[in-house]
Amino acid sequence: MFDLVGFIPRAVMQGIPLLFGATGETLTEKSGNLNLGIPGIMYVGGISGVIGAFLYEQSCGGNVVPALALLIPLLSCLAGSLLMGLLYCFLTVTLRANQNVTGLAMTTFGVGFGNFFGGSLIKLSGADVPSIALSATSAVFSRSLGFAEKLGWFGQIFLSYGFLAYTAVAIALIAAFILKRTRLGLHLRAVGESPATADAAGLNIARYKYGATCVGSMVAGLGGLYYVMDYACGVWSNNAFGDRGWLAIALVIFTVWRPNVSVLASILFGGLYILYLFIPSGMADKELYKMLPYIVTIIVLIISSVRSKKENQPPQSLGLAYFREER
Amino acid sequence: MNKESRFHISKRKALPWYKAWAIRGAAIVLALIVCALITTLATGLNPLKVYGTMIQGALGTPRKVWTLMQNLAILLCISLAVTPAFRMRFWNIGAEGQVLISALACAACMILLGDKVPNAVLILIMIAASVAAGAIWAVIPAFFKAKFNTNETLFTLMMNYVATQLVAYFVIVWEVPKGAGKIGIINQSTQAGWLPQIGDYKYLLNILVVAVLTVLMYVYLNYTKHGYEIAVVGESERTARYVGIKVEKVIIRTLLLSGAVCGVAGLLLVGGTDHTVTTTIAGGRGFTAVMVSWLAKFNPIGMIFASLLLVFLGRGASEISTVYGLNNSFGDILTGVILFFIIGSEFFINYQLHFRVKAEKGGEANV
Repeated sequence: MFDLVGFIPRAVMQGIPLLFGATGETLTEKSGNLNLGIPGIMYVGGISGVIGAFLYEQSCGGNVVPALALLIPLLSCLAGSLLMGLLYCFLTVTLRANQNVTGLAMTTFGVGFGNFFGGSLIKLSGADVPSIALSATSAVFSRSLGFAEKLGWFGQIFLSYGFLAYTAVAIALIAAFILKRTRLGLHLRAVGESPATADAAGLNIARYKYGATCVGSMVAGLGGLYYVMDYACGVWSNNAFGDRGWLAIALVIFTVWRPNVSVLASILFGGLYILYLFIPSGMADKELYKMLPYIVTIIVLIISSVRSKKENQPPQSLGLAYFREER
Repeated sequence: MNKESRFHISKRKALPWYKAWAIRGAAIVLALIVCALITTLATGLNPLKVYGTMIQGALGTPRKVWTLMQNLAILLCISLAVTPAFRMRFWNIGAEGQVLISALACAACMILLGDKVPNAVLILIMIAASVAAGAIWAVIPAFFKAKFNTNETLFTLMMNYVATQLVAYFVIVWEVPKGAGKIGIINQSTQAGWLPQIGDYKYLLNILVVAVLTVLMYVYLNYTKHGYEIAVVGESERTARYVGIKVEKVIIRTLLLSGAVCGVAGLLLVGGTDHTVTTTIAGGRGFTAVMVSWLAKFNPIGMIFASLLLVFLGRGASEISTVYGLNNSFGDILTGVILFFIIGSEFFINYQLHFRVKAEKGGEANV
């Protein structure tokens, strides 16, 4: 018998980092920036939170104040990913560098940054602990509603997550609303579709690109934080985050640039990612199951381009730097 | 409103090559200074000593130089592969997957046919299989790009992970011994399917093959009709159509070539040096190659230096991590910083800043 009640919460927990990443990348791509640095940014977001939490836990010697244990990692995560976003914008918007190259360099840097500090934080800070296990901070992050357990399967499926999971859903829905229904969103989409037109209409292209990309980076960074603090119970291990950043980019395509769709789609992806655990299969077959999200994404990419419906296309100027004097 | 900015930006005419390289050189020097600062801040080590160790690690012994050359050859080969596609602005970031799948094809031939056919025939089959696998992996996105204008960056990116998982699958299917989770050296005793070794030099064959490829690619891109067509399609698809170039055909043909060269890289990795296949056999070089190709402005000769720089950094950084007991990701941080500076410096090569003089600004305000 397939254990649905056991399966769904795990799929959700797999999906939440992807949802953060995909929402962030969607915002970024809507401004015409194809940020392939997202995997790196998610690493940086995660490790920044870890560094913040680690220093705090070390300094107060175990008696953590929950509010601070929450705020410090959160703020350091946001600050770390904001810096990455600013760097990307500075290079691609202000200096008009090639977005693919910049993004890949950021991923190299970000993953290296995460693994380096994850691996040597203890040595560098001279602390007397065998490994980074931020159990106190993690307990704050993964605290779920007290009465969830009493509600049986309902509680397990809907109420058993830490607050960041609900934040992810809220951010995705807000982002969808802003993109679809507000003037701000309209302007942002105009910048991504045709910057020259938007420029002629009086929009400040650089400001929109900076804004969307930096906010997008911060949202994506939270995905890294959620992964370490909630999913991995505060234990940082190098490369554990794996290729989830790329999966988040796949999710953006899969949902044809709609954050509200990615709420459910991320759970689907998360489910595909762990499906092998729930289906009796050989060791080898699980690798094929892990291929599914990518295959599905490719199929969506092909179908949306074959049907070529206007609203399902990537932003027209995606990946191109804008220079007013060039036509 | 209408605040005058203090400077404005215009596109430069082509800069003489020595000035362009002077700017890049300055960027690298700046990057090294910043890296030195980061090193000191993060680890408290003397940066000059660290750089010394890097040079030791990359070039210290003949064996290290050979390893450097081998890494250089593979990275250069993959960079050569992606370049024709980039020249026509087809952003193939799927080299990682193309190398992986051809490595898998090559290993499959070695495992399945190792003791069934004569060695020479086996090697021929391996060459054909790797090249074909790489080409197929590249031509799938190209076909959809040509027919339906499917976004190639995203498509090729996804193909990487399909390839990775395929390799992961077959690694478990063919694992030796059962449960080891890896294939190990293929045909260790018979050496069937191992590419011949020239003299005592294990890596020389790879280096020679890539050297020949570099020259061929340079000629192909700059002195043939195909190369010219690629350049026209890259500059303007409409112009290409107008002068009667079949754009779809050029896209598919170029990506076949691109994938085939990736196939050669896969062949050299599996048949030439590693004699095994893992999911990390490409080691991110498919992505690094994108940067190499771009840094060299898609010029095969320039790519020799660009890949030398990156390989040197990587080898040097791994030496640092062993000598000073640092995590070996430190190299990635340094590589990242240096790349950021080089990427940024391109702006000053392509564009010019004009600062407004104060008086001029006052004059304009009165108008």
